Amino acid sequence: MDVATDRPAYLAEHFTDAEQQKESAKLGMWVFLLTEILLFGGLFCAYAIYRAWYPDMFYNAHKHLDVVLGAVNTVVLILSSVTVALAIHAIQHNKRKQSIIFLTVTLLFAATFLVIKYFEYSHKIHLGMLPGKFYTYTGIEGTNPHIFFTIYFTMTGLHGLHVLAGMIVIGWVLIRTIKGHFNSEYYTPVENAGLYWHLVDMIWIYLFPLLYLVG
Amino acid sequence: MNIIPEKNYLTYPKGLKSWLFTLDHKRIGLMYLFAIMFFFLVGGIFALMIRLELFSPGKDIVSADTYNQLFTLHGAIMIFLFIIPSIPASLGNLILPLMLGAKDVAFPRLNLASWYIYVFGAMFAVYSMIAGAADTGWTFYTPYSIETNTAVISLTTGAFILGFSSIFTGLNFLVTIHKLRAPGMTWFKMPLFVWGLYATSIIQVVATPVLGITLLLLILERVAGIGIFNPALGGDPVLFQHFFWFYSHPAVYIMILPGMAIISELISVHSHKKIFGYKVIAYSSLAIAFISFLVWGHHMFVSGQSELAGMIFSFLTFFVGVPSGIKVFNWVATLYKGAVRFTTPMLYTFAFLILFSIGGLTGIFLGALSVDVHLHDTYFVVAHFHYTMMGGTVIAFFAGLHHWWPKIWGRMYNERIAKITAVLVFIGFNLTFIPQFIMGAHGMPRRYYDYLPQFQGMHELSTYGAYLLGFAFTIMAVYLIHSIFKGKPAGNNPWGGLTLEWQTTSPPDPHNFHEVPVWTHGPYDYDKIKVTPDLEKELETA
Repeated sequence: MDVATDRPAYLAEHFTDAEQQKESAKLGMWVFLLTEILLFGGLFCAYAIYRAWYPDMFYNAHKHLDVVLGAVNTVVLILSSVTVALAIHAIQHNKRKQSIIFLTVTLLFAATFLVIKYFEYSHKIHLGMLPGKFYTYTGIEGTNPHIFFTIYFTMTGLHGLHVLAGMIVIGWVLIRTIKGHFNSEYYTPVENAGLYWHLVDMIWIYLFPLLYLVG
Repeated sequence: MNIIPEKNYLTYPKGLKSWLFTLDHKRIGLMYLFAIMFFFLVGGIFALMIRLELFSPGKDIVSADTYNQLFTLHGAIMIFLFIIPSIPASLGNLILPLMLGAKDVAFPRLNLASWYIYVFGAMFAVYSMIAGAADTGWTFYTPYSIETNTAVISLTTGAFILGFSSIFTGLNFLVTIHKLRAPGMTWFKMPLFVWGLYATSIIQVVATPVLGITLLLLILERVAGIGIFNPALGGDPVLFQHFFWFYSHPAVYIMILPGMAIISELISVHSHKKIFGYKVIAYSSLAIAFISFLVWGHHMFVSGQSELAGMIFSFLTFFVGVPSGIKVFNWVATLYKGAVRFTTPMLYTFAFLILFSIGGLTGIFLGALSVDVHLHDTYFVVAHFHYTMMGGTVIAFFAGLHHWWPKIWGRMYNERIAKITAVLVFIGFNLTFIPQFIMGAHGMPRRYYDYLPQFQGMHELSTYGAYLLGFAFTIMAVYLIHSIFKGKPAGNNPWGGLTLEWQTTSPPDPHNFHEVPVWTHGPYDYDKIKVTPDLEKELETA
């Protein structure tokens, strides 16, 4: 029997079998997620230091964030994590249509998150609650309130960029699912996109209490 | 008679496109090699200009401002564009999959992407040279890096982008080593070069993102005045130093671990002796990778960190010297009763042992708190750093380059000229940097444009040494390039190595091996296997 006919189309030439390819891709994704955690790690560290330096200011400033919108966004992201997990589950069982629906819903949740974030941002910008030298608001007591908004905008901003990147990745996986590239035998990209999306959610789950629920 | 196979990775497939879109790890490694050697040349020219300016006190060739830009660019280019990618991205890419018996790295497209990202980042760095080069030093310390009018943003953007290239290489190697080893190659049967790259990749993956966020915040600080590192806005400039060194100290191990990895390989192959303490060398690479994350504070003994922190960092710094010392003892013990060949790679290996030991031991001086108060920010630090990075990594890189050169091109360079050059490099290097140790101990501050007349003699010696080095590297470039076209065919196994890269043709087949290799022995089983190097076979038949 010709060995070459054994190889499915998705299997890259340099791997011996599908198992090796799948394990490599997943390990690669986990290592990538580790780099993401360290990227945000720097900002979490900065948060800890400035909160320790200016505890009263952090308490006063956090009251100007909208807890309701923050909480709604938290729920939205957690739901999107559920739907992406359901999409993976569906494709594992060859239910392509279901998977397409769940991926689309995930995209909609992600977009909802960004829209809510947009309203929060524009409200802050309107009031002059801006980072560093652009801070013009006068209603917050305590030392250097602009530092709080530096932290707020860089952390949520970087997270927002990750939400956007996640939407691109999920969109790409969605298109490939529609084209029928995936089935119960081969669905690694869907799974990896899901892993990435869970990390994006996880980071928000830490950001929400740290920024919105101080004290 | 050795012959070069007609179809090899250099000749097949043909055409510029087949190179620009190649997914072959060997071609990507070669493209990296050319790119980093180009920047080694650029950084080297800056170094020679610095040395010429310092030949005598006062102005010699450039203004004080230009001088500040020169040492910044020398540092930034040598660190970010040359030495960090040097061994892993060039020799690592070329050799690692061969050593593992794999057809390629785990993610070939990511590998090619990392090269393009490198080129993209390099373009920002080059642009910053034209657009008023930064004068902050390669460390970009705040608040000066916020205030200066020079092109800090483009240079730091370049370094930020280069970080991705480094992460992708590290990620690729980690997965490749985990998942693509030949049948029979268990963890403790891997060549030590692989172990070294494994430890390096861990640091690349874990530390580089922290540099990424640091540079991003610095760029935001300059563009949008976010105040996080700016004391005028309630921010903390020392926080920048913590962030920066949390990456940049482990980064020096990104630079040295692959060098050590090469030495572990070469010392065994060129003495045809089983490596002494295989497991200990493998573990010490991991130990260095781990401890390297806990010593960053020794860059900040005089930056106002607490005494307790200083003491802890000082202790941990001494501690990181232990695994390095273990390696040096193991290498020397390997030579004992070995059949030592004085080949060019071996001469560089000996140079490494001497220079790295000096570099490492002077690092212990600097890690001692009270001694550091005297020596910090002097030429002593400059000399220590160059003994580890140049005497260590760069010398090891050239050792490895000469070792694998016949595998990469299938042809040998002129060994006699190469050996003379190695001696010139060794003399030139010491002539450049021993005077800097002495000056530093006498209080000559680093990065100064002007100096007291009493230091002139030492500065002159150092400049002579630098030009001797430049001369030696020029000869090296000439004989290496000459050998690509005119060198004698080297044979598949010129040195008599036992690892898998020597079992394929020189240069290797586009697919590395004609059949999947099976790993049946250890990488250094010279006690069990007799092997005659192809180069020596040539001599016998002649």
